[in-house]
Amino acid sequence: MKLEVQGLCFGYSGRRVLNNISFSVASGDCAAILGTNGVGKSTLLKCLNRILRCQEGRICIGGADIRGLDGNELARRIGYVAQTSRFADTTVFDAVLLGRKPYIKWDATRRDLELAQGVLERLSLSEYAMRSVNELSGGEMQKVAIARALAQQPDVLLFDEPTSNLDLKNQLEVIRIIREIVRESDMAAIVTMHDLNLALRFAGKFIMLRNGEIYAAGGPEILTAESIRDVYGVDVAIEAYGGSKVVIPR
Amino acid sequence: MSQGYKAASSGLGGIEAYHRHIRFKGLLLCALAVLTFLLALICVNAGTAKINPMQVLKTILGGGGEKDYIVIWRIRMPRVVSALVAGAGLSVAGCVMQNTLKNPLASPSTLGISSAATFGANIAIIAFGAGTILSTAGDPVSINNPYLVTVCAFICSMGAVLIILFLARLRGFSPESIVLAGVALSSIFGAGTTLLQYFAPDILIAAAIFWTFGDLARASWNEVLIMSVTVAGCLIFFFFQRWNYNALSNGEETAKGLGVNAQRVRFWGLLLSSLITAVTVSFLGMIGFIGLLGPQIMRRIIGDDHRFLIPASALAGSIILLAADTLARVVISPAVLPVGAVTSVFGGPMFLYMLIRGRRGRA
Ligand SMILES: Nc1ncnc2c1ncn2[C@@H]1O[C@H](COP(=O)(O)OP(=O)(O)O)[C@@H](O)[C@H]1O
Ligand SMILES: [Mg+2]
Repeated sequence: MKLEVQGLCFGYSGRRVLNNISFSVASGDCAAILGTNGVGKSTLLKCLNRILRCQEGRICIGGADIRGLDGNELARRIGYVAQTSRFADTTVFDAVLLGRKPYIKWDATRRDLELAQGVLERLSLSEYAMRSVNELSGGEMQKVAIARALAQQPDVLLFDEPTSNLDLKNQLEVIRIIREIVRESDMAAIVTMHDLNLALRFAGKFIMLRNGEIYAAGGPEILTAESIRDVYGVDVAIEAYGGSKVVIPR
Repeated sequence: MSQGYKAASSGLGGIEAYHRHIRFKGLLLCALAVLTFLLALICVNAGTAKINPMQVLKTILGGGGEKDYIVIWRIRMPRVVSALVAGAGLSVAGCVMQNTLKNPLASPSTLGISSAATFGANIAIIAFGAGTILSTAGDPVSINNPYLVTVCAFICSMGAVLIILFLARLRGFSPESIVLAGVALSSIFGAGTTLLQYFAPDILIAAAIFWTFGDLARASWNEVLIMSVTVAGCLIFFFFQRWNYNALSNGEETAKGLGVNAQRVRFWGLLLSSLITAVTVSFLGMIGFIGLLGPQIMRRIIGDDHRFLIPASALAGSIILLAADTLARVVISPAVLPVGAVTSVFGGPMFLYMLIRGRRGRA
């Protein structure tokens, strides 16, 4: 399953935010979208998911144009976790079970329940299952939102700053779990991140945005002191540490 | 597709807990249904004409004397069925509006539909002369052409619904803009009503104000039938949308991510809950607070799960209206209070009490 974006353009009421964006992501890929605040990372993710409809360009998943898919069909292929999630007043279990909505005909089946339970266990949330979501901490809620997207079993998962509410341990745990699941189940993940070092640990593929356009796209080699200066406007040093790169602001 | 996480094989504790949780909600629904049925029986039995319960039962089943037959079938039954239907309809309409407008305080009166209906009734009574005062015993004020009043009220309220939907469409159905449009419409129709009444003679003003108090006795079988069909149809539709409403409760983006066409769901939710409101207000007059109390009480008990919230709100609405109606008939018996007055008098304080006593999660 491959997600292909060709010539995507999007603007909010006339003001162009994204211009001629083209890239593709294949199953098993973890891609990170990088760029300064307000460059349009969140907007790009929402376009991929048809939450926003792009004005020009094509987005295809597994060869099918997303404009032609109906809502449930699209939701079975692409899952999305917003930057901050608001939850209805339900239990954690119900919140995760809602991820099965695109598959549910009349009511949740045994299999839906088992999948929800499986995801809860995977994210070490099972002890919270019957607690009210709105009584959890911000980080725990973020994990519930991620659990819901996983229960959705999509081919492509979109995460908007998934680790921004989490402490260091949970940041690492969550990206590790996302990576494992992506690898084991042949999904693809596209993540927006502002922490370059976290992105380097997480992703194998990087898309750097500047002024609404793709500045560079490719493997870790595109993250250089020069490209980071161009995109973020800060001087950094890049050091090798334990076989991977580390970005150190000067 | 292979999955990275296994469907849970061990530790099914969560699933069992979930089933227990669901069973509790199911039992609660059954209990509410039984309560509704009992209250309905009590309501059929309560009244000025003393008919003993056995006699009532016999009459309902087809036996009994002619006088009992008339009292039960012409007077009490339409009233009880009105209470059941209008209570359920208004309560679920409130529940759906709270969901689609993302506003826990949304209710059938939020969108100015009741004000529009009142305005329509005022036009009928004052401008078209559908109301006068009868000096005979019984009702002190009477409306001599109830049909015209109902039709005018209905036309105006549907007009309000269409205006709201049109305005909402212009602004892409943002819930805030819809609520604001409702506030504006309310005050416009309110002003229209005030103007009409300013130039009207006292007698007609009395009749118009009398109309405003919601009253279950107003509906005849024909109207009850129209109301029942409308409410039943809408409720069934709402029930089919329950997963969409559950998704929408988590915010628009999450809902869209789960495959919900948020705009379409909002549009139909608003249209049909407004339709319920328009029909009940036109036939019965204003009955406040049911749409706020019913869903809010139930939301506190069973949470924001529309699989259960919709039927529970319906039953709660029926129960509240039946109870209010019984109260309305016994407080100053043999005189009867309009039920709209009772729901407002008790609903307001009850709502406040609920707000003060505790918010389970968010309101
Ligand atoms: N709903 C909106 N309406 C108008 N402009 C918006 C909206 N959302 C975001 N923008 C603008 O689009 C640009 C990109 O926003 P966003 O995608 O949220 O950036 P990022 O996620 O990269 O920080 C910003 O300039 C922002 O002001
Ligand atoms: Mg963002």
